[in-house]
Amino acid sequence: MLEIKKDFPILENRKISYLDSGATTQKPLKVINAIEEYYKKYNANPHRGAYSLSIEATEAYENTRTKIAEFINAQNREEIIFSKNATESLNLLAYSYGLDNLKKDDEIVISIMEHHSNLVSWQKVAKKTESKLKYMYINENYEIPDEEIENKITDKTKIVGITHVSNVLGTINNIEKIIKCAHKHGAVVIVDASQSIPHMKIDVQKLDADFLVFSGHKMLAPLGIGVLYGKKQLLNNMTPFLMGGDMIEYVYEQDTTFAPLPNKFEAGTQNVEGVIGLGAAIDYLQNLGYDKIHEIENEVLTYARQELSKLDYLTLYLTKNEKNHSGVISFNINGVHPHDVASILDSEGVCVRSGNHCAQPLMRSLGIDSTCRASFYIYNTKEDVDNLVKGLNKAYNMFKKYIG
Amino acid sequence: MDDLTEMYNELIMEHSMNSYNKKKLDKPDFSELGHNPNCGDEITLELKVNNNIIEDMAFSGHGCAISQASTSIMIDTLRGKTIEEAKEIIDTFIKMIKREITDENELKKLEDAIAFKNVSNMPARVKCALLAWHTLEDMIEKNSDGTGKINCCH
Repeated sequence: MLEIKKDFPILENRKISYLDSGATTQKPLKVINAIEEYYKKYNANPHRGAYSLSIEATEAYENTRTKIAEFINAQNREEIIFSKNATESLNLLAYSYGLDNLKKDDEIVISIMEHHSNLVSWQKVAKKTESKLKYMYINENYEIPDEEIENKITDKTKIVGITHVSNVLGTINNIEKIIKCAHKHGAVVIVDASQSIPHMKIDVQKLDADFLVFSGHKMLAPLGIGVLYGKKQLLNNMTPFLMGGDMIEYVYEQDTTFAPLPNKFEAGTQNVEGVIGLGAAIDYLQNLGYDKIHEIENEVLTYARQELSKLDYLTLYLTKNEKNHSGVISFNINGVHPHDVASILDSEGVCVRSGNHCAQPLMRSLGIDSTCRASFYIYNTKEDVDNLVKGLNKAYNMFKKYIG
Repeated sequence: MDDLTEMYNELIMEHSMNSYNKKKLDKPDFSELGHNPNCGDEITLELKVNNNIIEDMAFSGHGCAISQASTSIMIDTLRGKTIEEAKEIIDTFIKMIKREITDENELKKLEDAIAFKNVSNMPARVKCALLAWHTLEDMIEKNSDGTGKINCCH
């Protein structure tokens, strides 16, 4: 594991236990170098120049599209659309699919554990189209029960939005079941894979997902690059989201015909360095392999669950079913605000997130305002967990005589 | 690290965890909600004014130790002050946190609230310390007449 840490310059430069990969991961040297090399050797505006430099940039950009298609096993490379991040991918779907396809009394079903990006966008669609937004709730084990899926998804349901892994609870949702159930009722399913794709193999054909989104920066790639996968036939029938250069075919004074996929959804000069970086990140992950990733993570995560469970002053918001848990652990020191805990952990060099994690409806349903969240990735070690526990003990000891 | 240990001292801990100012006032003249959506902190400040003097203040709501203590200590500091004095103290507190005032003599008027000086070295916590002060500033601003006096019902 130590050799993995060495691949990440920031973890060599800073003596920290970085436990906030659910927010964004650190970047391996290979990704940083790939971006530097792009600017040093073949930077130009892709799709626009007839000169060889632009063609090289175009090739690098388009080859990464192919790489991503293979990475998630999409049938066609045109089914991969580049965006700014998962949020933009979801907004694209809300505007270009939701607004055009929903009508009064149709229903959108999402889970209570959705990130605001897969929630607020659907509120807007529901209000505009007079459709209804319904929620699948969780049980006391922080999981969506099967009955909830079966009861909420009905013939009225037109869109189901579901996060593969909760960014607060780490619960792995049964998206296979949700997708089957939705398809039985004729609804399309949008999977938010932002928290799952860094940790587990995604196969969009095997899942039969209609749409799937993720951000690059949570899987070792730079900030500002995201992906939307959509089934070709669905994407073909959708209207463009953003208008501008490169997404058109012919532009007349009053009318325009649009470019075919994927360009139809990629208006304006794209984030080529981000795409190159994402390609390098995928190379890094594939080189390591998901089996190895799982092995490393499982060891640290199991240890973390075990050590944190020993702290009786701590509340863990965590499924008991280890098989359904990935990547993140939310917790609170009873009686102490998570912001204070995070500050004290910071003084011990432990970086965790505190707050509502862009999931206010989930927090409200749990009856809390916020949590601390430790999220783990391949460069984390048992020593990071020990540092977390040490920091938590420090925080508890500072507060214990005042806790009412 | 020293900043942090100094920050969570006896005074701040007592005020944050067991404040006598955390209660409801009987018939307050003004009430204002302040919140930091990012961290979920939410406080309601209540104010009783008599003859342009802050007769009493109290707060309710929830938040981190820094924001709760800052609210409670603000109330202690400003109770009995005129609205003009309160505005000046609020301004000094905000400037202390933003490191625009560092002179100890000038900061004396903050009384116990000077305990938050080190927050200026903790950028992640600045908003927590300022929540109550900005809320009170808004409340005074909203309810002031042209002469700077606060419009009151009695």
